[in-house]
Amino acid sequence: MSNAANAPRLTLSGVHTHIGAYHILHGVDLAVPRGQLTLLLGRNGAGKTTTLRTIMGLWKASSGNITFDGRDLNALPTPQRARLGIAYVPESMGIFADLTVKENLMLAAHAARHAGELDAARLEWIFAKFPAVKTFWNYPAGKLSGGQKQMVSVARALVEPRELLIVDEPSKGLAPAIIDNLIDTFCELKAQGVTILLVEQNLEFARRLGDTVAVMDDGRVVHAGAMAAFVEDDALQQELMGLAL
Amino acid sequence: MSTPAKPAVAPAVPTQRDIDWAPLLLVPALMLLALPLVGAPSTWVTLTVAGLAMGMIVFVIASGLTLVFGLMDVLHFGHGVFIALGAFVATSVFAAMGGLAGADALLPNLVAVFAAMAAAMAAATIVGLVFERLLVRPVYGLHLKQILITMGGMIIGEELIKTVWGAQQIPFELPPTLRGAFTFGDAMIEKYRVLAIVIGLIVFALLAWTLNRTKIGLLVRAGVENGEMVEALGYRIRRLFVAVFAAGSALAGLGGVLWGLYQQNVVPQMGAQVNVLIFIVIIIGGLGSTAGALIGALLVGLMANYAGYLAPKVALFSNIALMVAVLLWRPSGVFPVANR
Repeated sequence: MSNAANAPRLTLSGVHTHIGAYHILHGVDLAVPRGQLTLLLGRNGAGKTTTLRTIMGLWKASSGNITFDGRDLNALPTPQRARLGIAYVPESMGIFADLTVKENLMLAAHAARHAGELDAARLEWIFAKFPAVKTFWNYPAGKLSGGQKQMVSVARALVEPRELLIVDEPSKGLAPAIIDNLIDTFCELKAQGVTILLVEQNLEFARRLGDTVAVMDDGRVVHAGAMAAFVEDDALQQELMGLAL
Repeated sequence: MSTPAKPAVAPAVPTQRDIDWAPLLLVPALMLLALPLVGAPSTWVTLTVAGLAMGMIVFVIASGLTLVFGLMDVLHFGHGVFIALGAFVATSVFAAMGGLAGADALLPNLVAVFAAMAAAMAAATIVGLVFERLLVRPVYGLHLKQILITMGGMIIGEELIKTVWGAQQIPFELPPTLRGAFTFGDAMIEKYRVLAIVIGLIVFALLAWTLNRTKIGLLVRAGVENGEMVEALGYRIRRLFVAVFAAGSALAGLGGVLWGLYQQNVVPQMGAQVNVLIFIVIIIGGLGSTAGALIGALLVGLMANYAGYLAPKVALFSNIALMVAVLLWRPSGVFPVANR
């Protein structure tokens, strides 16, 4: 395999982020391997969401480097980062409540000017994974339940192929059957070569999905390694997170 | 692409067809309420048409501003300058096309009116782009500075208008075929007011089509709700905003022509005078909502005409009272935009 193929898809080196007067990230170092699912774990307030938002450029890194496929992201505004093939699902879901489910997905499809130009095969795949998206296709997204909105939010990120999928707590508020669908979906995406960076509090979900893990505390990555080894090490889990998977 | 099948069971959420009727009923309710108070049906018809015409003109002006507020949270208090600019440019076009504007035939008159409107919109668009670049862009996210700098911009704009066209009021008479009124029994309906209503409806239809049927419209609606997410999807919200600002300025220019012809004169301060009405309209409608702006504008237009007839001394206060009443009922306006 070539060096490029082995290189991490996304790299953060010494990233600091300030939000107003608050210093949130204190030098985050993180490598997200290509084609794998990396889980970002940590207690509340550890800086996980800030890390994702900094990667997307929604909060500016005050120092440090972020590279995606070897390309420096620091100088790029958020829309250009997205156009490089990075899809982002925020914890708040970011659903446009006044728009229909169809319109929400339409906006994420850069190549489509109207619904008829959406990739039909991909749409059928999404419908199979998230039936609520099909059921409520022409309904205002704001009227859906929290779980349905979450499905729309993830489906929107998948409506066109992306290189990197960044998802903040996707299983929050979802029924177990939907979580299983979500796990299947992420596994299929991995098989297609998509790189995934996931923040997750649902430890069972994390255990079933993760290839690699990074644990954050106080705005830093304090542990990074293989998920399988982390799952086996109860003492390390207790030390870093105060509980075991 | 195959169309998704309809759900087999009745869905648990409302469909798009679930229209919020209550605000839409406000306009006919106000009309019906005024009927017994006005008394004579013919007077009521005349006042109602006048109110709808005024409302449509105010809607044309306010529709762009509500999107400017909604899309970028910009408190733009300088919108009035584009109204005045449009009106003054139109007077110059009328002067240059004196033959057409003064002809005793409908077609040349309409050519003059539409040429004036096109010139006013073009001038307002260009000045709007300069205004956004020089005054608004440096103060994104700074509300107090936005208020101060846009009001300052309007004052400067008024002074520049005085420099070009003079400080005096300029007559802006209707072309001959648009003067006078249609008579239905005892009711008089001014011809120009019918034209203003038609133009207002066309603007509303175009806006509704653009916002609901085009991708750029979807982006504007999405941006009004959550600009950050629109950026995360790969679209530059500021470029969108510049386009909306320019379109809003153009609509204000068009509204200035309509308002000038409605008043039959123009003064450099006319924008500032109309500003109050516009803000009442967009607050009643809900910031960022064009449908709300239409309802708000029609209510304001009708209320101004009914109150002016029934109780002239409280006419100025009537629209403020209307706004307070609506906000007590719906604190975010009649059609609040989600997530705001």
